[in-house]
Amino acid sequence: MIGSFDIVVIGGGVMGSAAALQLARGGMRVALCEARQLCSGASGVNAGTLSMQTKRIPLIPYALRGYDLWKRAGDAVGFKETGSLTLAYTEREAEVLITRMSARREVGAPIELIATSAAHAMEPNLGDGVVAASYCAADGYANSSLTGVYYRSQLRLAGVALYELTPVQKIVPDGSEVMVQTRAGALRGTRVLLATGAWAKQMSEQMGTPLPIRVRVNTVSVTERMARLVTRVIAHASGQLTLKQSPNGTVLIGGAWQGRGTPETWHSDIAPETLIANLRLAQHVLPRLAQGRLVRSWTGFEGQTPDFVPLAGLMPGANNVFVLGCVRSGYTIGPYIGRLMGDFMLGREPELPLFDPARFFPERTRRESLS
Amino acid sequence: MIKAGRILPGRRVVVVGPGPLAPLVANLIVDAGGAVAALVDPNPLRAWVSALPRMSQRLDLLAEGAAWFGRLAVNGVPVYRGWDVSSIDGAHEVESVSLRPVDSMWRFIQAGPQKAIVADAVCMSYGLAPATEIYRLLGVAQRYAPELGGWAPVIDQGQRTDRVRLYAAGDGAGVLGAVAAPFSGCIAALSAAYDLGRIDAQTHHRLTQAPRRHLARAANFGAAMARLVAPRASAMISVPDDTVLCRCEDICAGELRAAIAAGALELNALKAATRCGMGPCGGRVCGEAAAALMESTGIAREQIGQFTGRAPLRPVAVAALTGSFDYNDIPLPKVLDA
Repeated sequence: MIGSFDIVVIGGGVMGSAAALQLARGGMRVALCEARQLCSGASGVNAGTLSMQTKRIPLIPYALRGYDLWKRAGDAVGFKETGSLTLAYTEREAEVLITRMSARREVGAPIELIATSAAHAMEPNLGDGVVAASYCAADGYANSSLTGVYYRSQLRLAGVALYELTPVQKIVPDGSEVMVQTRAGALRGTRVLLATGAWAKQMSEQMGTPLPIRVRVNTVSVTERMARLVTRVIAHASGQLTLKQSPNGTVLIGGAWQGRGTPETWHSDIAPETLIANLRLAQHVLPRLAQGRLVRSWTGFEGQTPDFVPLAGLMPGANNVFVLGCVRSGYTIGPYIGRLMGDFMLGREPELPLFDPARFFPERTRRESLS
Repeated sequence: MIKAGRILPGRRVVVVGPGPLAPLVANLIVDAGGAVAALVDPNPLRAWVSALPRMSQRLDLLAEGAAWFGRLAVNGVPVYRGWDVSSIDGAHEVESVSLRPVDSMWRFIQAGPQKAIVADAVCMSYGLAPATEIYRLLGVAQRYAPELGGWAPVIDQGQRTDRVRLYAAGDGAGVLGAVAAPFSGCIAALSAAYDLGRIDAQTHHRLTQAPRRHLARAANFGAAMARLVAPRASAMISVPDDTVLCRCEDICAGELRAAIAAGALELNALKAATRCGMGPCGGRVCGEAAAALMESTGIAREQIGQFTGRAPLRPVAVAALTGSFDYNDIPLPKVLDA
């Protein structure tokens, strides 16, 4: 056996790392197991967009606080506050833009609808045809490649026992505790937090509580260095495009277009037809992209629940296994919801409510409340 | 450049490297009318001598190699065997090259002598590695085989990879040299024909006899060469911190060492931490050197792994991918129609 801990966190993405950090700061003896290295999955390969304009309404309060935490991490995660523009090109898109942005604004996102001429004045290289635009000054991006490096140094400082390159084979109840079996040996935890993103599906199935997680294979692309084309994060009203130009001149293009692959194999591929659609949309918004060269496209696995809000709470039917993760926008809210989860496990009242996974298991919860 | 256009890299060139590439380049320079200031080979003469028996299976190639060295001798090119470059010096351009003797693992011998050679250009090559990007992209199983130049796809006797109907041949399947390549290609083609039912087992067996025999002999020669140039991570220990390893992103050895010390345990984590391999070359230039640097700190190659394969394998103009299109034909989600 490797050792005994108050809490074993499985999964070293943003959410697992942030929760482990909060738990260790709260005085717990914490171990973190990660199959590869910290933030090797979605947390480290996403497009890094931190924008209120792309978030679902229920997540805006969490995203605003998550954004502040990224901002505080600053240079260590390549944080830039650039402001963001979202653009519509048809009447229908404009309608959607106005409805959605107004709703986001109502729950506290500082988004304003602006004249298309103002959008063109902000970003002179935008293409023609914009019929509506919205702007959010307190938006930006981080460099997701640096997420793992950032959390590794934070977790070490907080005294978390890090087990990287340590895939978990099995999670077994052991009396009042839980045994987490790995190739390197077993870790015993009084409590366990499962934060394995897209991989939580298979792990929850193995534990007999299959969580309703749909796996998405998101595509991101980057160009070679280009002359300055844009300074802000640019998004499309459909949510199918995010675009930003890094300080080094490369243009990062995302939008959650779907590639192919399954988390079980760790292998995923781009799908040419969706990549081309993604690039066409980007080039429509920013015509001068056509002059650049695509250096690399990649894909990452993201877990998603049917109701588009996270799983964050006790694993249904268990009393010492917790689960956290699986949502679009997980990168933005990650540092904050990880912190809330840590507070919850420390017995503190979270500042904002969590998202109890029991909502997907009404029968199981009812049976238990009867017994 | 020198092969295709007879363009000389400099007026006085130092050519460095183990194996057959360095003397070949030195000869091309001499043929093109240039001056070779020195040929430097980290391998001692005895490494070449012990390779002779296997090389003698291809006397033609052996003779060709001997002719290269003969011509260098006639032209008075000094050859330093068992030496390596310790520094390349100059204010704005190459002015001189410092050499020091190395041991069999290409580590500098402490307190060994030093030689400075006046030169204005240096050509270096420390061996060939299989181009495995496409196998990585396709998720083909690979193994680390230093005798084949590094990572190479796992193949069976018929050049089959673990991916159905995908075959690997030539140096990309493991460096065995140009002479071996046509035979592995021929065997792969026969496997494909057999697997598709175009030839029967008997025909397949009959037709593969000759190429297999030729491949074995050529591979023997190639393996002897490969042994001379097999990567030695120990050579990375003495690479100074200010040596640029990733040219696209301008990342030095010292930055990589710092990231390794900070916890990068595999090549992809090193890439994320430093940008090494994120530039237009896709990691083809720096990947092997960065991996060897990691290995020199005591991490096994199997753990270090390779850069994840990413498309496109070479940079492609965005316009070439997007073509001409109409905005209304971009398949945006139906949620907008609701």
